[in-house]
Amino acid sequence: MRSGLFLCVALLATISVAGAARAEDAPAVCDVPASLLESQSSLPKVAAAAKAGQPISILVIGSRSSSIGTDPGSAYPARLQAALKDKLPQVTVNLSVEIQPGKTAEDVTGTLVKLMEGKKPTLVIWQTGTVDAMRSIDPDDFRSAVDEGVVALQNAGADVVLMNPQYSPRTETMISVPPYLDNMRAVAQQHDVPLFDRFAIMQQWNEQGDFDLFSAHHGPELAKRVHDCLGRALSTFVIGAAHLGPAQQN
Amino acid sequence: MTSVADRVAGPAVAADASAREKAAAPAVSLPAVGERELRLDLFRGLALWLIYIDHLPPSLLTWFTIRNYGFSDATEIFIFISGYTAAFVYGRAMLEQGFVVATARILRRAWQIYVAHVFLFTIFLAEISYVANHFENPLYSEEMGIMDFLKQPDVTIVQALLLRFRPVNMDVLPLYIVLMLALPLILALMRFKPDLTLALSALLYAVTLEFDLNFSSYPSGYWVFNPLAWQLLFVFGAWCALGGAQRMSRILSSRITLWVCLAYLVAAFYVTLTWYVPQMSHWLPKQLEQWMYPIDKTDLDVLRFAHFLALAAITVRILPRDWPGLKSRWLKPLLLCGSHSLEIFCLGVFLAFAGHFILAEGGGSVALHALVTVCGILIMWGVAWLISWYKHEADKSAPRKGARGNADLAGGG
Repeated sequence: MRSGLFLCVALLATISVAGAARAEDAPAVCDVPASLLESQSSLPKVAAAAKAGQPISILVIGSRSSSIGTDPGSAYPARLQAALKDKLPQVTVNLSVEIQPGKTAEDVTGTLVKLMEGKKPTLVIWQTGTVDAMRSIDPDDFRSAVDEGVVALQNAGADVVLMNPQYSPRTETMISVPPYLDNMRAVAQQHDVPLFDRFAIMQQWNEQGDFDLFSAHHGPELAKRVHDCLGRALSTFVIGAAHLGPAQQN
Repeated sequence: MTSVADRVAGPAVAADASAREKAAAPAVSLPAVGERELRLDLFRGLALWLIYIDHLPPSLLTWFTIRNYGFSDATEIFIFISGYTAAFVYGRAMLEQGFVVATARILRRAWQIYVAHVFLFTIFLAEISYVANHFENPLYSEEMGIMDFLKQPDVTIVQALLLRFRPVNMDVLPLYIVLMLALPLILALMRFKPDLTLALSALLYAVTLEFDLNFSSYPSGYWVFNPLAWQLLFVFGAWCALGGAQRMSRILSSRITLWVCLAYLVAAFYVTLTWYVPQMSHWLPKQLEQWMYPIDKTDLDVLRFAHFLALAAITVRILPRDWPGLKSRWLKPLLLCGSHSLEIFCLGVFLAFAGHFILAEGGGSVALHALVTVCGILIMWGVAWLISWYKHEADKSAPRKGARGNADLAGGG
């Protein structure tokens, strides 16, 4: 009985997805309040590279929530690259993505020096916190790991953007995220590094009704639309923090 | 906005002189029998409501909870009042019935809390298992990994029984259990050397912070509320109940204390504002930020403790023990909930689970959210009323036992 119902729903969903596939090019509505896309901190290296007409190479380091299954093209890092190309047509943007599934901030910090030697990026976007929250790592230890990691990245000559965990309402009763959000905010403030508040942004979308993040979607469509919006929001955030005014955007 | 929510039950300033004389032999003194300290019930009831609201997903109402206006939150109120009332009830038992009987009663109470915790865990397991089986969204494939513990129910359940595996929002009762287990020792010491006991507690707190001591939990990490640190608040509550508040009354009524407390609360409020309006952090000196952060809840940061003290000191000042409003029927729901704290606390945790679940199934609109919050509070009130009514009826039919009972002052049972 129940599985029958599920089958029906799944069928209906498939049909509607097929129908919606036409409209897929039209980006989802996902406005973000300006305050969440502004940062007091800046990205001088990105700004300098853009001014000098050099390529900007971005390295995204993250856990599995920086990807969607095995489809790198629709995850937010690739969407960020696409959005930046749109907005800054004269700037070359190179992207590499380093997904380290199941690694805590401390684990990742250990790999950073080596990683940076190989890639020499202008900008590192470090998404972290999710694994630590799931394993309830001592928030103090988490904080010092992120702290150490940011210093390592800066010493290697890159600008850094920190990105916090996703807003995940279904697992709210199981994963306690707030201490990790707080600690990331503190580290960002301390090192004057922009923090992309993915958690607050997604929460906002859920409240505005842009996305129903509670729903039990089984397909990848919702994930793709969310990542597309994240990528675009992130591009606005990076352009703002690097003060790439209309001069670079034209 | 800080007004109502910020007031915390504090130690009784104007204590009962007659009681002081009656219990003159040991170093402790107790207020008169039967005189219920309504402020304790009031603020414990308030803490229970706030904990419930804080456990739901954030909404408009969350902005009314005190954690948004300073460092400390409802947990501090709850633990402090628990220490106060536990010492009040079992301290008397220790004087009248001796160490052994009092210890037995305390252990019985700890056992009740333990059973309540396990009961809540069972409900939690049911909810998780449902979500794990019905929810599969590629957006959250990483977060859903948290369900992996369901693959090893044998280990998980045993660890839960050992209080080492605890779901989110189920950390207060284990802390309470550990504190209750330590209570006989605390009371025995405090009976003769209250100030020394408080000093030892502060020493343990300092050592804990210095050497980073904590209880480990399963599968990794540490207790969210470190009992070795939070005991300070509990012992401080006990110390206040056993005469400390009277001895402090000079300090509490001084003007300087008032101004220091007010200044601290305003400063804390400002710092809290910078969390929501990052632009404001420009006026916050960098050195101060570096010294201050992180304001750690696990180890009951000194700043949090101080914030609670400031709140409490101001509250007892503006809200005297005989404030007529305490008898008003508008506060009755809070008083009722506060006087059956264990039951209502557990109910609150359960309702928060249920609320999460309803919001998840129902789409989480603002209206539904408000409805869940209000219904939850009404249910807490209703159940508290029911328990009261039952106790009243049961007491009527039972033979009078004198003033010995009064255990529900310690939060029911």
